[in-house]
Amino acid sequence: MKNKYSISDLTKKWDLIIKPNQGWVGFNIKELLKYRDLVFLFVKRDFVIFYKQTILGPLWYIIQPLVNTIIFNIIFGKIAKLSTDGTPPFLFYMSGTVVWAYFASCINGTSNIFVKNAGVFGKVYFPRITVPISIVITSIFQFIIQFTIFLGFYLYFIRNGADITPSYLVLTLPLLVLYMAVLGVGFGALISSLTAKYRDLTFGMTFFVQIWMYLTPIIYPLSQVPEKYRIIYMLNPMVLVIESFRTAFLGIGSVSIQMIMISVSLTIIILIFGLLMFNKTEKSFIDTV
Amino acid sequence: MAETVIKIENLYKEYRLGVIGHGTLYRDLQSWWALARGKEDPNSLIGHENRIEKNENILALNNINLEIKKGEIWGIIGANGAGKSTLLKILSRVTTPTSGLIKIKGRIASLLEVGTGFHTELTGRENIYLNGAINGMDRNEVTKKLDEIIQFSGIDKFIDTPVKRYSSGMYVRLGFAVAAHLDPDILIVDEVLAVGDIKFQKKAIGKMQEISSTGGRTVLFVSHKMSTIQSLCDRAILIDNGTIKTIGPAKDVVNEYMNLGKIESGERKLDNHSKTNKPKGLIPGKEPIKVYLIRVLNEQEEVCTKFNVRDNIIVEIRYKIPAGNSNPNILFYFNNDRQQLVFVSFNNEMYKNGTAGIYNSRCLVPKDMLNDGQYFVSLIIHENQSVHIRENDLVSFTVMDDMNINGSRGEWVPGKKWPDATVRPKLIWENKKE
Repeated sequence: MKNKYSISDLTKKWDLIIKPNQGWVGFNIKELLKYRDLVFLFVKRDFVIFYKQTILGPLWYIIQPLVNTIIFNIIFGKIAKLSTDGTPPFLFYMSGTVVWAYFASCINGTSNIFVKNAGVFGKVYFPRITVPISIVITSIFQFIIQFTIFLGFYLYFIRNGADITPSYLVLTLPLLVLYMAVLGVGFGALISSLTAKYRDLTFGMTFFVQIWMYLTPIIYPLSQVPEKYRIIYMLNPMVLVIESFRTAFLGIGSVSIQMIMISVSLTIIILIFGLLMFNKTEKSFIDTV
Repeated sequence: MAETVIKIENLYKEYRLGVIGHGTLYRDLQSWWALARGKEDPNSLIGHENRIEKNENILALNNINLEIKKGEIWGIIGANGAGKSTLLKILSRVTTPTSGLIKIKGRIASLLEVGTGFHTELTGRENIYLNGAINGMDRNEVTKKLDEIIQFSGIDKFIDTPVKRYSSGMYVRLGFAVAAHLDPDILIVDEVLAVGDIKFQKKAIGKMQEISSTGGRTVLFVSHKMSTIQSLCDRAILIDNGTIKTIGPAKDVVNEYMNLGKIESGERKLDNHSKTNKPKGLIPGKEPIKVYLIRVLNEQEEVCTKFNVRDNIIVEIRYKIPAGNSNPNILFYFNNDRQQLVFVSFNNEMYKNGTAGIYNSRCLVPKDMLNDGQYFVSLIIHENQSVHIRENDLVSFTVMDDMNINGSRGEWVPGKKWPDATVRPKLIWENKKE
C-alpha cells in the first residue's frame, strides 16, 4: 500500500501524525513543556480543593506528622525501647515521618491516576504524565509545611542543649526532595499502570506503603539492621533518603558511595520503567476501561 | 484549491470482544496457574472450549479513507455503534488506531464533552483556566480571551461562584464558551449541542459557522440531528458498520441516511395490526375497522412507484367498517424524504356518511403539485377518541421531474437545481402590461 502515497504527500509538512500504538517509546518532552501551564493549574486545583473541602485546611499537614511522631515516640520509643542512636527520640521519629510522608503522598496520589481520571482521559487529549507530575509538586507544599514544623522543633531542641549538630549535608535537602519526586513519579506511574488493569491493587496500596515504611529505617536506625542483611536492605531506594536526611540534621546514619550508586541507579531504572509502562497504558487504557 | 488539513489513510480500529483480562490480579493468576498445570481455565466462559473464539474481534473502523480540506464543515452521521465516536476518539487522540495513519495540519481541538475536567469546587473563572489548559491553551491565551469567554457564556454575574452552584445549563454554557474560544485550526464536536436551551443551541451553531467562515477553520461535527447537519455542514460522511458508506454534499448524505432501510413499495397488504400499533381506546368487545390494502396507482390503474411531476397519483385503500362503527376519520399523511409533513388529506365523505360495509376509497393527488423526491404515505383511522389504525410509511413513491417545459418549472434553466421547497405546484401567472 505504501506506493499509493504520492510524492507531494511525503514532502508536505504535517503538524501531527496519529499512528497506531507501536511499542513502548514515544515520550515527548517538548509537548510536556507546552503543557506546563496545565501542570501548574492541576497543582493549584488540588491545593484549592484541599483547602476548600476540609474544615482545618492545611492544618492537617501539621497535625498528621505530629500525631504520628507522638505515637511512634510512645510505642517504639517508650514501650518497645528501640534505639535512636542517641538522638532525641522525638526528632528522630519526626525526621523519618516527615520525609516518609512526602514519599507516601506521592505514591498514594499517583497510584490510581487512570481509574480516577477515566472520565477526563476518555474525552480529551493532553499528556497524561502531567497528572503524576502535578501530584508530586502538590505534595511538595505539604512537605514544606511539615518540614517547617520539623525545623521548629529542631531549633527548639538545639536551644535546649540537645547534642545534635547539623552538617553541611543539609544543603542536599532539595536534592533529596527531587530524588523522592523522581522515585515517586516512577513508582506511581508503574503502580497506576497496574491499577488500570487490576483494580483490586488499589486496596493493597495502603498496606503496601505501610510495609515499605517498616522496611525503611523510619522507626529504627539503620545501625539496628544486622550487617549481613545490609546489602539487601539497601536495595530499598528510600533508605538513602532517610539516612541522608538524618546524617544532615541529626548527625547519625550512614551514607556510602556504594549506597548512593545503587539507590540512584535503581531510582532511574524505576523511573524509566514506570514511564514506559505509563506510556503504554495511556494509549490503550481507554479501550479497556 | 484549498489545502488538505486532515488526511485519513487506511484507518482501522479493532476491539476485542469477550474477556479482556479479568480485572483482578487474583483471577489472572488463577487462570495462569490452571493453564500451567494443563487444566481448564476456571475463568473461561462456559461453553467456550476454543480459546480463540473467546477473543472475538470486531472492527469498529474498517478501512477509512478521507481527506478534509481547510475551511470545510463536515458532518459525520450514522446509526448508534456505526463507529462515529471511535473515529472522533482517534482524531482527538484519546485512543489510538489499530493500523493506518491520520495526518493533521494545524492545531486540533476536540469537544467530545462540554466542560471536561471542570471541578465543582472551583469558581467559573478558575474552571475557564483549567478547561482551557486541558484543551491545550496556555495561561496568556486564556487571559487574553477571558472577557470574551465570560461574555459569550452569559454568566458574568456568577463567574466567581463555585461551579457546583451552577445550574446544568450554566455549566454547559461555560464549557462551550471555553471551547468556542480555543481557536483551533480544526475543531471536532460531538453531539454536545444536544444540551442547553434552544437559544443557546442557536448561539453555539452560529459560533461554529463563524469559526469556519471567518477563520477558514475546519469543523467536524457528529450529530443525530439531521436538520442541524443539513443547515450547518457543507459535506458529510455516512458511516455504517465501520466503513464509509457515502461521502458527499451534506444534504444528499442526510437524505440517504434517512431513507436507509425504507424500501419503496407501491402496495401494502395488511393482514394484522402491527404489534406496535394496536388499536387504542376502543370500547372492549368492539371490532375495529380493518384495512386490507393500501396502494399507489397511476392513471392506468397500475401499482406504481415512479411518477413524473406531470402525472396524477392515486392512493387507494380497501377496508371494512364492521357493524357498530360509523363515520370514521380516515386520513392520509404524506411525508417527504426530508421528514417533512407535506400535507394531510381527510376523507370527508366517509366522515359524513360512513356506514358499515366494505369500501374502496381513492384519493387523487393532482399532477403539477409535488416537488421531486420521495414520498411516504401514512394512514390513520380513528373514530371519536379511539384510534383504529395508525401505520407510518406504509407505501412510498418517487416523483421525478423530466424538465418538461410544460411542468411547473417552465423554462427554468435545465440542470439548475430547483429550490427544495416542500411542494412544486404549477400555478397560474397573469401578466398584464400597463
